[in-house]
Amino acid sequence: MSDTPPETITGSTDPMTETREARMGGVDNRFNSRLREAFGSSPFILTKFDQFMNWCRGSSMFMLQFGIACCSLEMMHTYAVKHDLDRFGSGVPRASPRQADTIIIPGTIVSKFAPRMKRVYDQMAEPKFVVNMGSCAISGGPFQEGYNVIKGAEEVIPVDIHVPGCPPRPEALVYGVVKLQERIAEGESSPVTVKPYELEQFNDLEQDELVNKLASQINEDDLVMRYNWADSP
Amino acid sequence: MSLERPRPDQSYVTDDGVDYDAIEELLGEHVLGRETHINAEGFVIRPDEVQEVLFALRDQAGFDHLSVVTAQEYGDRYESIYHLKKYDDPTQELSVVVPTSKDNPVSQTAEPVYRTADWHEREAYDLVGIEYEGHPDPRRILLPETWQGHPLSLDYDQDRPQIVTLTEHANPIADDHYESESDTMFLNIGPHHPATHGVLHLKAVLDGEQVVDVDPDIGYLHRCEEQMAQQGTYRHQIMPYPDRWDYAPGGLMNEWGYARAAEDLADIEVPEYAQVIRTLGAELCRICSHMLALGTFCLDIYGDFTAIFMYAMRDREKVQSLLEDLTGSRMMFNYLRLGGVAWDLPEPREEFFEKTRDFLDDLPEATQEYHDLITSNEIFQIRTIDTGVLEPEVAKQYGATGPVARASGIDYDLRRDDPYGYYPELDWDVATDDGCDNYARLLVRMQEVEQSAKIIEQCIDVLESWPEEDREIQSNVPRTLRPEADTEIYRAVEAAKGELGIYIRADGTDKPARFKIRSPCFSNLHTLPEMSEGEYIADLIASLGSLDIILGEVDR
Repeated sequence: MSDTPPETITGSTDPMTETREARMGGVDNRFNSRLREAFGSSPFILTKFDQFMNWCRGSSMFMLQFGIACCSLEMMHTYAVKHDLDRFGSGVPRASPRQADTIIIPGTIVSKFAPRMKRVYDQMAEPKFVVNMGSCAISGGPFQEGYNVIKGAEEVIPVDIHVPGCPPRPEALVYGVVKLQERIAEGESSPVTVKPYELEQFNDLEQDELVNKLASQINEDDLVMRYNWADSP
Repeated sequence: MSLERPRPDQSYVTDDGVDYDAIEELLGEHVLGRETHINAEGFVIRPDEVQEVLFALRDQAGFDHLSVVTAQEYGDRYESIYHLKKYDDPTQELSVVVPTSKDNPVSQTAEPVYRTADWHEREAYDLVGIEYEGHPDPRRILLPETWQGHPLSLDYDQDRPQIVTLTEHANPIADDHYESESDTMFLNIGPHHPATHGVLHLKAVLDGEQVVDVDPDIGYLHRCEEQMAQQGTYRHQIMPYPDRWDYAPGGLMNEWGYARAAEDLADIEVPEYAQVIRTLGAELCRICSHMLALGTFCLDIYGDFTAIFMYAMRDREKVQSLLEDLTGSRMMFNYLRLGGVAWDLPEPREEFFEKTRDFLDDLPEATQEYHDLITSNEIFQIRTIDTGVLEPEVAKQYGATGPVARASGIDYDLRRDDPYGYYPELDWDVATDDGCDNYARLLVRMQEVEQSAKIIEQCIDVLESWPEEDREIQSNVPRTLRPEADTEIYRAVEAAKGELGIYIRADGTDKPARFKIRSPCFSNLHTLPEMSEGEYIADLIASLGSLDIILGEVDR
C-alpha cells in the first residue's frame, strides 16, 4: 500500500463525468426531480408565488410532538426506524406548538382534554394543518358512547385529513401525511382561521340549572368549553 | 403514623389460606355480616368503623396491601369494597364491604391506614358519588372540577350538558410559603409535554430548582373504560377494550386479566395448550412494553433520540411483527377468548418458531448493547442512582406493584405467587433489586426482559413438541354467558406494570353490573410525590420516567 491514490482516481475524469451524467439523465435518474424538469435548460422558472409557497410548505412540514392515547405509540413507530416518516419530508417532531405546522391527533379526546388541545392548536403558527389519526379522533371510536368522550376532534378544531384505523398502521399514517402534503402542495388544503374560544356561544346559553350554578364562578375572561352531549352526533 | 409495624403472627392462617372464622373473632362485633365472594370472604362493617377494622386487619392479621377500592351503587344502598391482600402471599385475600345509605352516602376514609386509599376514594367519589369522611383531599380526580353528577351512579343522565373551564392555575402554597428571601414558583408540566408520557398534568411548586410540592392531575384520558365494559356482553364485547387500557402494548396481559376474572366467575376451563399460547403471547407483550419504558426513559433523562430510543423501537418492531403473526394485529390484538384463544399458531408453524427463535437469539446481544449504552454510562448513573428513592414500606403503603415494587426489594410477582397460566410449569426467576432508586427500576425491567425471553423459549419448545391431535385452543363455552346473580370476584394478573386486577359483579344478565379495573399505573403514579418532593426538578422527570406509566391505564 502506498500513500498516493491509484491512477484510476488521479488520472481520470471518469468519476466526475459519471456523476454529472447521472445527474443529467441516463440510466440512473434519481436526481431528476420535478423541479429540475420544470427548469428544463433555462435557469428561470415562472410560477405564481402562491403556488411556489404551497409547494414549499408541502415539501417540508414540522409535526407537533403530541401524544394522546394508543395511536401515539403507532405515531412514534412512524417516526422511528423502519417506517421513518422523515423520508417524505415531514418527520421531525417539534416539542413546541410554536414551531410546528401540522398536528396529528393520535387518540381519544375527553372533555377535560379538549380545551387543552384547542389551546395547543391555537398556539401553533398559521398556516396549520390537522391530521386525525384513528377512529377515536374521527368519531370517538370504540369509546363513542362514553359519558366523557368527545365525538371526534372535529367538534373542537378543523381537520384536514382523517386516517381511519384502531390504531392505523404506520403505513396508513404515512399515506395520510403524504396525502396531506400533496394537497397542500396542490393548494387544495387551505389554512383555516378559527376564533379562539366560543365565549359568545357560552353567553347565549339558555339559563338552565347548570348555567345558573356555574355563572357566578365563571369569569368573562375565562376559557370555556361547553359540551352538549345530547346534540353530539 | 408510623410505618414501623409489628410482625403479624400467623394465627389467622390455616393450611387452606386465610382463617376467616378467626378473623371474624378478631373483628368481633364490628362484623355485621359475611358475604362470600369467589376470591375471598367479605366482611360487612359499619361505615363509621372503617379505620378501626382496617387497622386491626393490617396490624394484627397482616393484610398490608390494599389492592383497590371498588365503589358501586345498588338499588337500595351504596357500597365500598376494600380488597385486601398480603404482599407476602397474595392468595390470602379478604374483602371489607362498607354499605352506606342512599340518602347519606358517607363513609369513613381508609387513608390513614393505607395511603393508597387517598386516590382510590377520590375516584369512588368522582365516579359513583360516595363521600369519605376525614379524607385529606376530597376532590374529583378523573373528571373536571365543574362536572355535574357522578357518571357511574344509577340515575346519571348522560345527555346533560357540561361546561369545562380552563382557568389559570394559582400557586396553591404561595400564601403560607412566601418570604421575602425565598419565593416559590408554580409550574405546570403537561398535559401536553414530551416528558409526561401522554396526557399527564403535574402541578409542581418549585423553590429554585427543588420541588416543594407536586400534584399529579390525571383524567385527561378518562375514556369511560368501566362504563364501556359494563355495556358489553361477557363473551365478545368486552375483550377488545383491555387492549386499550395499557397500550404499550400490554394487550395480551390485559386481556388475560379480564379473561382470568371472567373465567373464574363463570367457571370456564382453559385447555392447557391455550394456556401455553397465552403465556407466550403475554411475555412477548412484556418485552415490548419494557422496551418502550427503556427507550422513553432514556429519551427523558439524557435526551438521546437517535441511538437508544431508535434501538428500543427497532426491537419493539421485531416483537410487534411476531405478535402480528400470532394475533393478526400490531397492537390491538383481541386474541384471547374466554376459555382459550382465538386461533392456533400461524401456519407454517416452523416458520413462526424459527422467527421467534431468531429474535431470542439476537436478544442477548441487544441487551448487552443496552447495558453498554445505558447502565454503564456515567451520565446515566449520575442521573439515576439515588434519585427517586422509594422505600419498601412506603411502596407498600401506596400499593405499588410490578417493577416499581420489585425494584424496592418487594418480592411480589403474581405469576409466581398467585399462579395462573403455564407459568408454574416453567423455569424462570422473579427479578428484584434492593436499590429502591430510578436505576434499580430500569435494571429490574431489563432483567425481566431476559426472564421473559427465557419463558418464551420454553413455551416454544413445549409448543413444538405438543402432539398434533391434542391442540385444543378453546374449551366449550356457552354462546351467551349469564353468570349467576350476585356473584362477585376480584382477580388479578401480573401485567407489565404490576398487579392488574378486575372486579366483576354479575347480576344474572349477560353484562356485568359492575366492572372495576385495578390499574397498576394508577397506584404506581401515586408514589410520585413521595419520590420527588424535596428533590430537583430534573429528578422528578427521571422518577416519572422510571415509573413507566401509561395514561390510558391510569385514567381508564
